[in-house]
Amino acid sequence: MTLSNGFIRRYGVIFGLAGIIIFFAIESPNYFFTPSNFILISKQSSINILLALGEMFVILTAGIDLSVGAIAGLVGAVAAGTIVATGNLFLGLIAGIGIGIAFGLINGVIVAFAKVPAFIATLATMSAITGITLIYTQGEPIWNLPSSFDFIGQGNLADIPFSIILMALAFVAAWIVLEKTKYGRHIYAVGGNIKASRAAGIKISAVLVSVYAISGLLSAIGGIVLASRLGTAEPTAGSGYELDAIAAVVLGGTSLFGGEGWVVGTIIGGYIIAVLNNGMTIMNISAYYQEVVKGLVILLAVMLTSFGKKYWNE
Amino acid sequence: MNRALALIFREVDKVKTFLVVALMIAGIAVLSMAMTIGFCVSTLNNPYFVSFTNGAKAEAQLLGINLIVMNANNSNSTQLNQVEDLIQRKVDAIILNPTDSDALVPAVIAANKAGIPVITLDRSVNGGKVAMYIASDNVEYGKLEAQYAVKLLNGSGNVVLLTGIPGASATRDRTKGIMEVLSQYPNMKIVANQTAQFDMAKAMSVMESILVAHPDVNVVIAENDEMALGAIQAIKAAGKSGIIVIGGDGIPQGIQAVKDGTEAVDIAQQPYKMAALGVSAAFFVVNGITLNPASLSMPLFPVTKENVDQWIASGD
Repeated sequence: MTLSNGFIRRYGVIFGLAGIIIFFAIESPNYFFTPSNFILISKQSSINILLALGEMFVILTAGIDLSVGAIAGLVGAVAAGTIVATGNLFLGLIAGIGIGIAFGLINGVIVAFAKVPAFIATLATMSAITGITLIYTQGEPIWNLPSSFDFIGQGNLADIPFSIILMALAFVAAWIVLEKTKYGRHIYAVGGNIKASRAAGIKISAVLVSVYAISGLLSAIGGIVLASRLGTAEPTAGSGYELDAIAAVVLGGTSLFGGEGWVVGTIIGGYIIAVLNNGMTIMNISAYYQEVVKGLVILLAVMLTSFGKKYWNE
Repeated sequence: MNRALALIFREVDKVKTFLVVALMIAGIAVLSMAMTIGFCVSTLNNPYFVSFTNGAKAEAQLLGINLIVMNANNSNSTQLNQVEDLIQRKVDAIILNPTDSDALVPAVIAANKAGIPVITLDRSVNGGKVAMYIASDNVEYGKLEAQYAVKLLNGSGNVVLLTGIPGASATRDRTKGIMEVLSQYPNMKIVANQTAQFDMAKAMSVMESILVAHPDVNVVIAENDEMALGAIQAIKAAGKSGIIVIGGDGIPQGIQAVKDGTEAVDIAQQPYKMAALGVSAAFFVVNGITLNPASLSMPLFPVTKENVDQWIASGD
């Protein structure tokens, strides 16, 4: 791992985001390039970034978590269902967060102890959790939630949307854990070289189980924000969200092979996706083209990063 | 307006008569041998189709029919396999809610060859022989939405269109109906036309972005209730008021929004009754009764603040 390698991985993605913002700012200076629109983009990206931060912990260990969207959906439903049934907001949040961590732990145990490849393990739990959500909700949305629940996804704290504050807190926490703690170094080590880590006395299984639990926790928070934002827990909420979360992590320069990554990059990756969605909608670009553009931008960004890395190393 | 309502309620009577006849036949059913009918639904990830399937189950129980419910999860190939499995099981009839009008033609032809009658619900199939077809008219659905938009704005205003899953037949037909009406009113300006894939969360994000570019929106026409509800959330989050939101399907949350005054019109459908009718139609067909006409259009109900209580009282 060289400094230059990290430099390209890091700054490539920042230039990418800057380029996209400049493009939309020129195309739509009056609407896109305004402070209120940047707050809106932050709000819209907050759920994806929460999921992506959890996903990043897993990918750093050379794993993958396909169940983040499914967990978010189930947690939203359980939290909303509990609140409607008991009238107790706090109980609903605890139940939701608990379910999220529990399914994260299950993922971790399957990967660490049953030695099932993470892709297959979380593909299976994704399917099962999606089914559990449908059984729990009977396919019907849960609504008529008390207005106290609205605050999480819709409220403001000192003029800043609360969902943005949650996202910022998650970012700071993730940054401290990954960059400043021994545990964080262990996560990088397990993903970078599992044999060397074992030889160094790192408890591999414990690290693996814990990263999936963290992913479950952050998915749970994302799921609660989503349900609160809509004022409704939808039976299919969160479906497909894993793809945006993985895209944000990879755009941010985290290696799918583990051991390399930067928390700030994941945030920028999440913003690239949100800015593209917001900017193209503001410009009223047809949905058919939007999908193509999104795909090409992601491809281009990842190719530039890996090309730049290669070029720099040679 | 009153004439339109009267017309609609007359249609309801027809539907009721149909159900009563089905109930009478139910008496015979007790004496007749148990009948097995396959029920292929396109998806259960949607309140509309959940209600739809519940209607079929209730009617089957009433008629003493053994109903095998198959969920295709919106996959054409899954549904084709499911129909083939039902043919293997030699069911007495197949009720098909096709995932796609073209892709399921081979499935219908296979059932025809096996001599198993097919009834299609909610979406037609463009080939093969179908004993009965029951659906709401989605072009009409779109027309009604646009007509209300025109009426509420006196023919002039800025329109946002939130469309369904690109390429889906419901999206195509509803968009066609909306465009047919709006094209006659040059002062109804479509300032944004975006897909939100029939999804509430997507509709909210899309609508939030649209409001940035077009703060002067007058009306949102959404091709279902979920998207209308997402748009309502976005309007609320942006602190706006006075924007008219029009949706459709008549899901409970949409009807509540009409009652609350946040959704102006909800073009309600009757999935529960539609599927129940489908099961009784299958019952007739298996008992050797030819249905004429071989297609039935389910009436659409524009639910507004004026008739919402009436609609809730009617139990849909």
